[in-house]
Amino acid sequence: MINLYIIKIFSYACCITISALGLNLIYGYTGLFSLGHAAFMGIGAYLSALLTKSFSSYGYLVYTGAIILSVISTFLISYLIAIPILKLKSDYLGIATLGFGIIVKVLLDNSDKVFPQMGGSRGMLTIPNFTNLPIVLLSLIAVILIMRNLIYSKFGRALLAIREDENAAYAMGIDVYKQKLLSFALGSAFAGFSGALYAHLYCFLHPSNFDFLRSIDLMLIIVLGGLGSMSGTIIASFLWVFILEGLRIILPQAILDWRLVIYPLLLILLMLLRPQGLFGNKELLWLKREYP
Amino acid sequence: MNYFFQQLLNGFQLGSVYALISLGYTMIYGIIRLINFAHGDIFMLGAYFGFYAITRFKFNFFIAILFSMVLCMIINVLIEKIAYAPLRKKNVPRINLLITAIGVSFFLENFASLKIIFGPDYLPYPRPFKIITFDFLGLTLSSIQIIVFFITLVLLLILDYLIKRTKIGLAMRAVSYDKETALLMGINVDNIISLTFALGAALAGAGGVLYGICYPQIHPFMGIMPGLKAFVAAVLGGIGVISGAVLGSYIIGMIEVFTAAFISSTFRDAIAFAILIIVLLTRPQGLFGKEEGIKL
Repeated sequence: MINLYIIKIFSYACCITISALGLNLIYGYTGLFSLGHAAFMGIGAYLSALLTKSFSSYGYLVYTGAIILSVISTFLISYLIAIPILKLKSDYLGIATLGFGIIVKVLLDNSDKVFPQMGGSRGMLTIPNFTNLPIVLLSLIAVILIMRNLIYSKFGRALLAIREDENAAYAMGIDVYKQKLLSFALGSAFAGFSGALYAHLYCFLHPSNFDFLRSIDLMLIIVLGGLGSMSGTIIASFLWVFILEGLRIILPQAILDWRLVIYPLLLILLMLLRPQGLFGNKELLWLKREYP
Repeated sequence: MNYFFQQLLNGFQLGSVYALISLGYTMIYGIIRLINFAHGDIFMLGAYFGFYAITRFKFNFFIAILFSMVLCMIINVLIEKIAYAPLRKKNVPRINLLITAIGVSFFLENFASLKIIFGPDYLPYPRPFKIITFDFLGLTLSSIQIIVFFITLVLLLILDYLIKRTKIGLAMRAVSYDKETALLMGINVDNIISLTFALGAALAGAGGVLYGICYPQIHPFMGIMPGLKAFVAAVLGGIGVISGAVLGSYIIGMIEVFTAAFISSTFRDAIAFAILIIVLLTRPQGLFGKEEGIKL
């Protein structure tokens, strides 16, 4: 029983890690302040769940198809959204993406008026349970590999240049706007992928799983891990999930309510003691690579 | 047509409450460039302080508002000194300040919902005075609305006087314009920042009590959505601009009330944010903000 619980939590942590790695590409490496990341997770989750629920007799075939489709569509949707929104900078970009997240949540809340099986604000039930531990683990490893190669490619270096100094990057011949668009859309596609995995892990979706508080959680994770550090993001995601769940087990029943009081205090303390995050922008093991 | 004007009045009522909250957002952003996510929770605390002042201590309504304003001021200054000031001294990136504000917000919400503090339940808000309705040119105007308008107006006038006519206000404007130069002119920047937090909290505290009597139900997470809306209002009006925040609040209040009345109440958040995004795309500095030059 406890084993099954731990496996579920572990799989959840993998999903969160995939999503956080996407946000790390957007904010950590490119410096685009996005507070609507969970919305893309929600789009991926709802889209894939709608497909697998409608064609559940095809089993894993439709599952694979649904995941691929939701990744592609979150990529396209976020690309289209980014075309106007990326004209904004820093805080204003954050506000616009936050607004986008809230609009998506309201639309999901009212989705049952168009698609009754999406359940709207009552939540989407009876989604087939396809995601299991091997699948999330393999997906996570694949995502880490893809991300590592992305970061150490020409594209990744262009993103770092944009983060450090947009004007200098522009002067070096980087098409700043196009690279930003790609970075934003790719990062969001990772969120869509993680959402699709998540939907078939818990078999229940609710719009509040993807509201702006979840976006803020993802932002917390990447800042805690250290902006622009893949190792940091991965470790911070797991720590975040396991500490929040672990407090549930460690704390005695009488002060269980204090779980969510202790967590923000830890957060404030960590920001004070380690402003650069757990890892700064350093990498571990084979994620490290010297530039030529 | 009458229905339309009645909704206009409701929009003014909601907008007044938003104005009181959004002023804090805009002043704090103006002075240290921080989106203070915890501001909505100060508003929540204000509502609770007013609640206890009226039910437990049997204070007069106006005394209850003052009581809640003073307590909110003390708490916000403490938060600023404990959580933000050390970070500012260390000169950390702005994102750390933002994450700390989010941490403070989570802390206040969850601490308030502990059973030994306020408890997690929804509480019905007391109405400390008789509700009288007047017929005014065919519209119904209640005593609640009159009191809300009156108190908002008085607070706004006091704030305006404080910022435009006193030495403290001059110092605040100087700090928000250029911190280093203000320091050279002998202004105690730390005190001015604390004072800004105090002023913002006082307004939010009053806003909390007024929100409580208008929409009589409070709970520890009530500050999230009004806080966010007030923030939207501040951005809409041009963040850092005081009059912009007030006008933005009335616009957001109107949008929300009219969407609820004529379209669907479930869409009001979406429409408020859609309008915000459209405004930001066409005028990134907000409706009444000044354009900032491009820094190279």
